[in-house]
Amino acid sequence: MPARRVVVTGIGAISALGRNAAEFWQALFEGRPGIGPLQAVPPGALRFPNGAEVRGYSPTGYFREKETDFLDRFAQFAVVAAREAVRDAQIEWTGELRGQTAIVTGSCLGGKSTEDQGYFDLYANKRNRVNPLSIPRSMENAGASRISMEFGITGPAYTISTACASSTHAVGQAFWLVRQGAAELAVTGGSEAPFSLGHLKAWEAMRVVSPDTCRPFSKDRRGMILGEGGAMLVLEPLEAARARGARIYAEILGLGMSSDAHHITQPSVEGPVRAMAAALADGGLEPEQIGYINAHGTGTLANDSTEASAIRRLFGAHAGRLAVSSTKSMHGHALGAAGALEAIATVLALHHGLLPPTANFTEPDPQCDLDVVPNAARRAEVECALSNSFAFGGLNGVLAFRRCG
Amino acid sequence: MFEKLAQRVISVIAATQKMPPEKILIDSTFEELGIDSLDGVNILFALENEFNISIPDEAAQGIRGVRQMVESLEKLLAGGIPDAGAPAQA
Repeated sequence: MPARRVVVTGIGAISALGRNAAEFWQALFEGRPGIGPLQAVPPGALRFPNGAEVRGYSPTGYFREKETDFLDRFAQFAVVAAREAVRDAQIEWTGELRGQTAIVTGSCLGGKSTEDQGYFDLYANKRNRVNPLSIPRSMENAGASRISMEFGITGPAYTISTACASSTHAVGQAFWLVRQGAAELAVTGGSEAPFSLGHLKAWEAMRVVSPDTCRPFSKDRRGMILGEGGAMLVLEPLEAARARGARIYAEILGLGMSSDAHHITQPSVEGPVRAMAAALADGGLEPEQIGYINAHGTGTLANDSTEASAIRRLFGAHAGRLAVSSTKSMHGHALGAAGALEAIATVLALHHGLLPPTANFTEPDPQCDLDVVPNAARRAEVECALSNSFAFGGLNGVLAFRRCG
Repeated sequence: MFEKLAQRVISVIAATQKMPPEKILIDSTFEELGIDSLDGVNILFALENEFNISIPDEAAQGIRGVRQMVESLEKLLAGGIPDAGAPAQA
């Protein structure tokens, strides 16, 4: 069977920028960050005071009370985003379609809050037992499983955990399943809820979180800002989407993956270069066709300069004509959800012909010598775009998209 | 005082890096000792435990060698910075 063209026909997002994809996009094009004082932990408990939390979220607004007992916050975000994406795509379910639909989700951490509470009960509260729902709540595939049950989806379903590249790898795998005919539809993305004290203490000890805000590519950048949320996309073959008259946001063209084989936390130039090159090759693209890159852009000293070098090395002179922005400056680094949130940002940038900015930008860094779309969105009819994710552990994923219509 | 502190710092670095303390000199740079940024935060963690202090990111940034580490620590200990790492209530 010849490879099929695959398009994005549904999106859903819950993040610090709002509880649906429309609010997400509104904040992105206004360049308005969702970063503020952390509410999930007591003030002063951490060296870093800020995060990008989902505000105004009440589980019972989305789930029956009994259901919330079974779902950690991260799995709830997966389901909330999936519902929106499926509704947005206006899927009409049949038994056959349910059997041919894949679910591929990404999560770096799973249910850390659930685990944290269990350990707190054991070690601090001196209880001798933990909640029997701890295992099903905290497993990384909890979101994928709940999505399958909610929609009665019975096709291939699994979860990928590759740290900050989890949901980029997930969306890419789902794309490949649809392209090769192993699935007729895919619900794919990722979710994360890292704001539990035990886990945040580990980030504090790593000394990579900014004491104020996230300023990717700025000379005075001081680190990342953690974020949370969920983002899901509906993928299907172009022909099927056209046949049912679906709205097409963008075509997904390629997935590139690589491993640095270098260092457990330090980024490399070579690994990202190979991942971006592989995404171009997978999509049959020339570097000059790319007009925008949604960068990994964490806002750490090491990542941003290394990523800029990788882009310079792969694209050569064309790097000077590329727009590169990091939307982590607004939705924070949502770890296993980051790739899917950024895939949606990229898809919407192509769809609307409007590039989201790098917010909080203050001062150019000669080591990040790129057009980073500072602070204000820009109108640009870009043909193709990449979305980069480079994980701790040196595992890289890059998605390539093309504008439709 | 400086000497005694230096010895404690060197033994913490040695234990963290799993290397013999005699290989670590007061003027050794982290680069010479093969200490990268992740090793660095691991050493800071061990020093926080050893001295029961909290080392702020600002004090930790830019430290490139053993002498600089000892001097920073000396300043911190003189300032009597309390350990902010005490377990907080969840």
